[in-house]
Amino acid sequence: MPKWITQVGCPYCGASCDDLEVLVSDDGKRVLETRNACAIGNEIFHHAQSPSRPKLPRMRQPDGSMKEVSYDEAIDYTAKTLLAAKKPLIYGFGSTNCEGMSAVARVAEKGGAVLDNCASICHGPSFLAIFDNGYPSCTLGEAKNRADVVVFWGCNPMHAHPRHTSRYSIFPRGTFTAKGQMTRTIICVDPRETDTAKLADHHLMVKQGHDYDLFDAFRTVLRGHDIPDEVAGIPKKTILDAAKVMKNARFVMIFFGMGCTHTDGRNHNVDIAISLTRDLNAHTKASIMAMRGHYNIAGPGQVWSWQFGFPYCIDLSKGTHAHMNPGETSSIDLAMRGEIDCFVNVGTDAGAHFPIRAVEQLKKHPFITVDPNICMASEISDLHIPVRVVGVEEPGVVYRMDNVPIQFKKVVDGPEGVPSDEELFDRVYERMCELTETEPIWLLAKDHAKAATNAEQ
Amino acid sequence: MTKKIVLNMITQRSIEEGVAMEKGKTTPEYFKACSIVEMNPEDMKKLGIWKNTSVRVTSEVGSVIVTAKEPTQFCPPGLAHIRQGVWANQVVPPRTQSTGTPQYSGFPVTIEPAIDERVKTALELVQGSVGLWKGGN
Repeated sequence: MPKWITQVGCPYCGASCDDLEVLVSDDGKRVLETRNACAIGNEIFHHAQSPSRPKLPRMRQPDGSMKEVSYDEAIDYTAKTLLAAKKPLIYGFGSTNCEGMSAVARVAEKGGAVLDNCASICHGPSFLAIFDNGYPSCTLGEAKNRADVVVFWGCNPMHAHPRHTSRYSIFPRGTFTAKGQMTRTIICVDPRETDTAKLADHHLMVKQGHDYDLFDAFRTVLRGHDIPDEVAGIPKKTILDAAKVMKNARFVMIFFGMGCTHTDGRNHNVDIAISLTRDLNAHTKASIMAMRGHYNIAGPGQVWSWQFGFPYCIDLSKGTHAHMNPGETSSIDLAMRGEIDCFVNVGTDAGAHFPIRAVEQLKKHPFITVDPNICMASEISDLHIPVRVVGVEEPGVVYRMDNVPIQFKKVVDGPEGVPSDEELFDRVYERMCELTETEPIWLLAKDHAKAATNAEQ
Repeated sequence: MTKKIVLNMITQRSIEEGVAMEKGKTTPEYFKACSIVEMNPEDMKKLGIWKNTSVRVTSEVGSVIVTAKEPTQFCPPGLAHIRQGVWANQVVPPRTQSTGTPQYSGFPVTIEPAIDERVKTALELVQGSVGLWKGGN
């Protein structure tokens, strides 16, 4: 009998839904159906079954074609390439588990690499603003149970985080928000009338790129001063009304996205949003949250912060201490200045999602992709190493957009012989140690910790 | 004389793009979801084009042929939107204002009719840019 597995985690967006149900075939090998997932999540579980998925590494040949090679050969090539490079860049990690990120960090340290994650092209500016200004945030449960005014500023959860509004922000009936949507006033700030804006009580159709002006206007109003008749394309009255709604709220929840971080001003749009949140706390309770993109893009921020003290753009090339300065040590800036001589793409698709001019720069040097599927990065790589899909074939810890860790499950077996990210990078690390005739101290430490846990049990 | 207009470009998500991406970047679904530019019907009139025809979008760093569509989510005149992905990133300027994050939204583009031009596939665009494209579709 096919079996329904419950409380399954969805490896797509930062909402990291953990209430999926997946119907698995008799032999435990195939996903037949899913429940509760959005259209995108559903697609991931079905796509993992695709017969066209690569099951062996593929190496580019002199004639440009790709030829299958063994995992040993791929691991050897990766270890040697990383050691030969003067400044390799290891980038990605939106879509893997924390165990994998930790294993990659050990490899990066060994190779004196720059370690960066998708935050640098996504919510990196939010980190910069947080460094400057703090992060008055909360968990999504707080938003669900308390928020009676919800602001979506430069984000479109109906398309990017499809179940966000029904799980956390608009529709759910919480402890102190028992009437669900009826309890909540929704404010949306976006230059387009997005499907999220269509759900809002107040849509402020801001002039694109002028979010800073509008934040400034809100702060000015909240401090009791006058503002011009129109700011950023929004009439004064609309701003006054929205400010009043926020001021009179019991709990204001501000969610923000790429509308703030990808536009002019980058981190300054976010730091003034944080200042607005702080100002609001003089009148009521207010909280702010970055709409993190991938299901575990908060993960590298957490894992590397406790490993190196920095969340992203980590330059380990000095060997003894880490350095971080986005703008100098970010993937795009390094690529555009031609400072990188090897690129490893892990659990992301730099081929599709970097500006093409940056891809051209990276492609001048060895280019390795570690990803379960065929993607643009894998198709321009010198070597593509397939791995298991986290959340479908590999369990592990992931961090939701509010930094709540969730244990994801494995629902089916992965293709035979295909390793997880963690297994693959532990083997790369071991090979690098062999080649440099050094002790694999981190693997020994890992074995030691495992033995200690077993002894306790 | 071919008409041209200058619009402010943003590149953002859509659920169709998300589903198609998970189906695979080389699938027809991904091509259909992402090789489009959404703009206000008024701007299409100014260009003298019909919806669902090819246009050339040119920014300070490059140009790309995409299909012009009427937006499902209202886009004011003067603003254009390409869903994030391969086609958008052909024209996204890599300048980061020293933050590491490229100018994914809010950069000027020139749009002109390119009615007889073919929209290239994702592989053709990306492999073509790095000298790996071997032809075919």
